[in-house]
Amino acid sequence: MLKFTMALALCTVAALVSAEPVTDVLRASMKDKNQATLARVEQDDVQRFCSKPRSEPGDLDTMNAIRAKSMAAVKHPADGKYLGDWQAGAEVANNGRGLQYSDDPSAPNGGNCYACHQLDPREVAYGTIGPSLTNYGLRGQSDVVLKYTWTKMWDTHAYNTCSHMPRFGAQGILTEQQLKDVMAYLLDPASPVNQPIEADN
Amino acid sequence: MAGRIRIRAQQQGDHTEVKALMRHPMETGQRKDQAGQAIPAHFIEEVTMTHNGNVVMHAYWGAAVSANPFLGVQFAGGAAGDEVVVTWRDNKGETGEGSTQIR
Amino acid sequence: MRNAIIVGISLLGAVMLVATSAAQDGIFDEYREMMGDDNPAIFVIDEGEEYWYTPAGPNDVSLEACDLGLGAGVVEGAYARFPRYFEDADRVMDLEARLEYCMVTLQGRTPEEIHAKPYSLRGDLGTEMEALSAWLADQSAGVPVVSSQDHPKEREMYALGEQLFYYRAGPHDFSCATCHGQANMRIRLQALANLSGHDGAAEAYTTWPAYRISEGVVRTMGWRMRDCFRQQRLPELIMGSPASVALQTYLAVNASGAEIAAPGLKR
Repeated sequence: MLKFTMALALCTVAALVSAEPVTDVLRASMKDKNQATLARVEQDDVQRFCSKPRSEPGDLDTMNAIRAKSMAAVKHPADGKYLGDWQAGAEVANNGRGLQYSDDPSAPNGGNCYACHQLDPREVAYGTIGPSLTNYGLRGQSDVVLKYTWTKMWDTHAYNTCSHMPRFGAQGILTEQQLKDVMAYLLDPASPVNQPIEADN
Repeated sequence: MAGRIRIRAQQQGDHTEVKALMRHPMETGQRKDQAGQAIPAHFIEEVTMTHNGNVVMHAYWGAAVSANPFLGVQFAGGAAGDEVVVTWRDNKGETGEGSTQIR
Repeated sequence: MRNAIIVGISLLGAVMLVATSAAQDGIFDEYREMMGDDNPAIFVIDEGEEYWYTPAGPNDVSLEACDLGLGAGVVEGAYARFPRYFEDADRVMDLEARLEYCMVTLQGRTPEEIHAKPYSLRGDLGTEMEALSAWLADQSAGVPVVSSQDHPKEREMYALGEQLFYYRAGPHDFSCATCHGQANMRIRLQALANLSGHDGAAEAYTTWPAYRISEGVVRTMGWRMRDCFRQQRLPELIMGSPASVALQTYLAVNASGAEIAAPGLKR
């Protein structure tokens, strides 16, 4: 199998022209490993359109079509309840595992929110790829806020086409319950995300 | 591959600064390999540093010291050309040694 | 009013606390200074030199005759000129691809054997590929990176590398650019270099291979890319593959002129 892959790799390079589909090169340059199979190298519409520098807007019509499609496909909770348990949500936010070939496929996936965002102000180990979500709960819990926040996590492209935030719902990264728990972590007034750091005296 | 130590000793006025880099896996005995088997404990237990034959530092180490340990020591005195020797012994009885002259 | 001031001051304190911890890299710089130019990689460099001069494989021959681009057996300054086109193989190669080529053609070894375990796993003390990379990088220490774009295949590799850099895929829709496409971003407390520009590419490309303190082994650039793809939820990158060569070409060309400072020392 490896000889075949190597031969394929060499043939691919020999036949390479600048119009060579990138996907073909990746297929020839990678091999299945545990749960991470070559199927993951295939792109869907969103990925294909968004494979560009952040500064490039891309074709406006395509962008709008993707945005509309993402919005239409959002699955809101069947029972109409958006908020779960913020303590469980904190664990999801801190957990960076899930779907890597080094991960146990039977273990729950994490959201890894802290990789990119600030949340609980007491947590200093936070990333800056996304905006700070500290005090997110100040927005309240109106219908609009609940739906917006849910949609953002389910499929960010419904609002921010080509954002680099993963599609936690649409791609099946987090379960409905996990998403509800993260919603609570963001919106529950009792959540540490919404508790300012105590003044020392 | 036992016992490699790279040492540098520099005179700094009234004291000497020694830096030693040791090659050792410093296994705690807690880690597991790819097959899930515990990797046996293998770490340096004792380190001695001498200056012209006199012991200037004697230390007991344990599994908490990380792999390929880096040791920095200052001792009073020392002149250019003096010999500094560092030796270690690990929990398996293996030893390592390195020496240098103070610059 | 007083409560507002207290809250204001505590929020400021929180901001300052955060700002200090954002200087996490500063703490590591202190550690680096303490070590001076001592780096456990020095032991691995010696091992790499040994591998180069030791006969191996069915042909029982060393790698001394391997041409890394500057002539058979010329190792000084060779690493700084990777990736590059090699006429005998008729392809652009990164260091690991070229080493494999020499192992196969000179020593008679098989690709399967070379690809079986090129990188250390948990509990390992270093591999041949890691040691050779460390030694060859050291042979280019201080030499400016010059990855040729003279040959059309070299230019194709750059273009391909750039496309791969922005290629979004996998369940998380990550591309290299997700983390490395902008300046001044970090994941948790790990600063991220902007690899699409000269400064970031220079900082990153010139310091790999590197001794990784958390792992106690030298890691190569090929390993670093494989591990990025793992974290992107994609499959395993084959060492020396077209994608690996293309991405390294993209980095090396972006880093043009910066001096090799490898093997580096990383967390």
